[in-house]
Amino acid sequence: METHSAVLQKLRNTFRSGVTVPEKFRRSQLTQLLTLIQENEEKILGALHKDLSKPKFEAILSELEIVLNELHFALSNLRNWMQDEHVSKILATKVDECFVRREPLGVVLIIGPWNYPMHLLLLPLVGAIAAGNCVVIKPSEVTSAMEAVIAELIPKYLSPDCFTVVCGGAEETKALLKNKFDHIFYTGSQSVARSILQAAAPLLTPVTLELGGKCPCFIHERVDIIAAAHRLAWTKYFNLGQSCVAPDYVLCTKETRDLLVPALKQVLLEFYGEKPQECPDLARIVSPKHWTRIMGLLGKSKGKVVLGGESDEDSKYIAPTVLVDVPEDDSLMQEEIFGPLLPLLTVSSVDEAIDFMNNREKPLALYVFSDDSSVVNTVLKKTSSGGFCSNDGIIHMALPGLPFGGVGASGFGNYHGRWGFETFSHKRAVLLRGWALERLNGLRYPPYTDNKLSWLRWTTSPKSCSIL
Amino acid sequence: VTREELIIERQANIRARQAFLSGRARPLEFRLQQLHALMKMIKERESDIATALKQDLNRYDTPLLELTGLENDIKMAINKLAVWAAPRPVERSVLTLRDQVYVQPQPLGVVLIIGAWNYPWALTLGPLIGAIAAGNAAVVKPSELSECSSLLLRALLPRYLDKDLYPVVPGGVSETQELLRQRWEHIFYTGSSSVGRLVMEAAAAHLTPVTLELGGKSPCYVHPDCNIRVAARRITWGKFVNCGQTCIAPDYVLCDPSVQNQLIECIRLTLLEFYGADPKSSPDYGRIINQRHFNRIMSLMEGYTPVIGGQSDASQRYIAPTVLRDVPPQSRLMQEEIFGPVLPLVAVSDIDDAIRFINEREKPLALYVFCTDQKGIDKMLEETSSGGILINDVLMHYTLNSLPFGGVGQSGMGRYHGKHSFDQLSHHRSCLVRSLTMESVHLSRHVAPHFHLGRQRHRRRPGAHGHPSGHSAHCSRTQLHLLVLEGNLQLLLVTWDRPGLVLV
Repeated sequence: METHSAVLQKLRNTFRSGVTVPEKFRRSQLTQLLTLIQENEEKILGALHKDLSKPKFEAILSELEIVLNELHFALSNLRNWMQDEHVSKILATKVDECFVRREPLGVVLIIGPWNYPMHLLLLPLVGAIAAGNCVVIKPSEVTSAMEAVIAELIPKYLSPDCFTVVCGGAEETKALLKNKFDHIFYTGSQSVARSILQAAAPLLTPVTLELGGKCPCFIHERVDIIAAAHRLAWTKYFNLGQSCVAPDYVLCTKETRDLLVPALKQVLLEFYGEKPQECPDLARIVSPKHWTRIMGLLGKSKGKVVLGGESDEDSKYIAPTVLVDVPEDDSLMQEEIFGPLLPLLTVSSVDEAIDFMNNREKPLALYVFSDDSSVVNTVLKKTSSGGFCSNDGIIHMALPGLPFGGVGASGFGNYHGRWGFETFSHKRAVLLRGWALERLNGLRYPPYTDNKLSWLRWTTSPKSCSIL
Repeated sequence: VTREELIIERQANIRARQAFLSGRARPLEFRLQQLHALMKMIKERESDIATALKQDLNRYDTPLLELTGLENDIKMAINKLAVWAAPRPVERSVLTLRDQVYVQPQPLGVVLIIGAWNYPWALTLGPLIGAIAAGNAAVVKPSELSECSSLLLRALLPRYLDKDLYPVVPGGVSETQELLRQRWEHIFYTGSSSVGRLVMEAAAAHLTPVTLELGGKSPCYVHPDCNIRVAARRITWGKFVNCGQTCIAPDYVLCDPSVQNQLIECIRLTLLEFYGADPKSSPDYGRIINQRHFNRIMSLMEGYTPVIGGQSDASQRYIAPTVLRDVPPQSRLMQEEIFGPVLPLVAVSDIDDAIRFINEREKPLALYVFCTDQKGIDKMLEETSSGGILINDVLMHYTLNSLPFGGVGQSGMGRYHGKHSFDQLSHHRSCLVRSLTMESVHLSRHVAPHFHLGRQRHRRRPGAHGHPSGHSAHCSRTQLHLLVLEGNLQLLLVTWDRPGLVLV
């Protein structure tokens, strides 16, 4: 059993050899990852079902398809992304070559969470491979079936000299973090993020943090309440609420709330039937610990349950639940719920909703439902969040053109598509000069004179090249 | 009012935040006005700034070079702000064809800028330009080592810029520590790696992202085939400007022993040309910032017999332009960043030896290669890493603000200059603005029990991407699947360069 440092040394040596840099290699590894998924779908779905009782439909969409799409996107665009980016020049460098070259960072660490154990581990991996790095992959130990599948399959499909899976819990992760990496990509909670940053600081390791928080959802009165209820319910109860971009709570007026509750009731019936606990389309809470946590929030809540509320500890089931009359300082409003409890809080106006959201930490996602584009624009302009989506939820994550990441307490850095490639690259400034024009260069040398200086200012200003 | 509430650093943070929350830094007109004001300050006060720099570092003309970079950045920001701050559309998928999909740059909030002493104006105001352009508030902490510049900045900035949004907080180590205890949305630090670590550690408590512009030893490789005379002039300029106190100065030279002699002679001639026979009396030659650094550099030189220079005068903090040959790689001189006018020449046998030498050490902020042969240049480019790399010159990449300026590894993280400053100090928010129409299309993703795939009665045949498919056909970059779901024929369209599922 190799120690971490031995494993890292091997990866470092491989990286030094330059084998991960050529486009052909990166392409081959990305293609291998594609094959890994295609050839092991059953195994992966089985593990996801074991860990989270993930319905096959959800698993295919949110754990397989999304990774396959990202892989195809990367394969189609890799050559483009790898191109040197030529930049505009000033007179002093007119005859030079000036460009930005994306280079791999080296050996990077990706730590995945448990809620989408395939997607949130492999999507960053795609960016890291595309950028030409070696990777240490640390799947979450909470989803143990998936952890085992990752540990088994990665070495079978990807080059073991370049990509290693490290398993374990908090202790192993702590030990792993004592080593130097060229980048750490972490998805998970704020408290763990702090300790990762503290471990990275003495080694000056750059970090990307994909965290969470409470994603607010404002529902305006001018809206097709049934359509909104469909989308709201889908985004909330997908994976039984265990999504970092799930709408955590709703803000709306009393009148809207009174229309929303029956709409949600209808939708929940449509989606999950009379007995949701028997419906195979609902996932389960990942662990007894989290089940207890969520039930604890529910128990302490001063709100009134109007829909759902049932639960079953043995199967880690909690029904899709909606609560009203939830005060601002309620237990449900203290931490990210990460479960199928949807509090509806009342506000009297758009401005009050905006203030409410702005008095809290910047969330990973912010949602608005309204047919009135001025309302949407107002909320958009007056708030900040990792991402924003109006009249829907979650889906903005599926677009590879958009960067996915947080701001403030919800994290920093981003990925998806080209953004992932850039996160795992170093943008090296390159300036290739010749021997000519030494006279022009001479302007900068001592002995200094005012005359030389004014010429020099002219040749280094951005306007100077437009004259020629 | 408690002692805690009176603390200057905390006050500055609170006031800047209140000013930011008032929203006045946000409109483009305001940002432009502040940028114009900053430009005015630099232009109107040039001679005051020059005086301060002369007192801090004995710099004559180079102070104005320091300001030229700032002027260029301000001009660019003013010209381009509307474009930079506008929504940036991204490509859409089949499912989002009727939506607005874009990235909107947003201000972060309150930024802490910690400046350095070696170019106290460029390195303190450079990040500020980005902060203002991006719509943030910024607390500026100039380096206390460049005392006169710090005092002048404190006096000037509030006279030209909004003093609540962009306060200047002076001080040394303990004041900086107090600043680092506050909450910021971004910290921009320029200085040493050791302090960089402390900044990042302090930032960890608040999950604050940081930009660290650090240093290290920037190597300079001289290949035998290059034009030694010109190379020597360029290296000499880059090394001895500001008395070697430049984060991207060529720290040491790697060259073939056969080239050492010629290089030394050319440097000697160049030094004569630049500073005359007695550099101490040249108005164009700088001084070391303070006694501590003077002593530090002097001790690095101990035990060596210089081939050029070596003289010093502690009362003036003067160290002559000095060149040392055949310096052993393990020496103390080769362990830490020199940041002074001492140039060691280290012998290497060939370009591969040089590459090995460079790669055994931390990734530098800048790498310089003097070489004519394209193959050698490509080799250097491909087999090394550094913040930036220049072939056949030094320092110049700093002046081109279309190039990102920043380090990698121990030389730093993040980048700035020109548009990069704006982007570095903005949040790039993903925006998807949809309508509530097309709901029938979206019904496909809602799990209605009678459409559930898990309950399908037909047997799944393996298709590409594991889709339960009866039949699939290729169509350029799209793939069509015919799905039989519970007896209903559905068409499932899957595209991968434009991901999305559509049930038609």
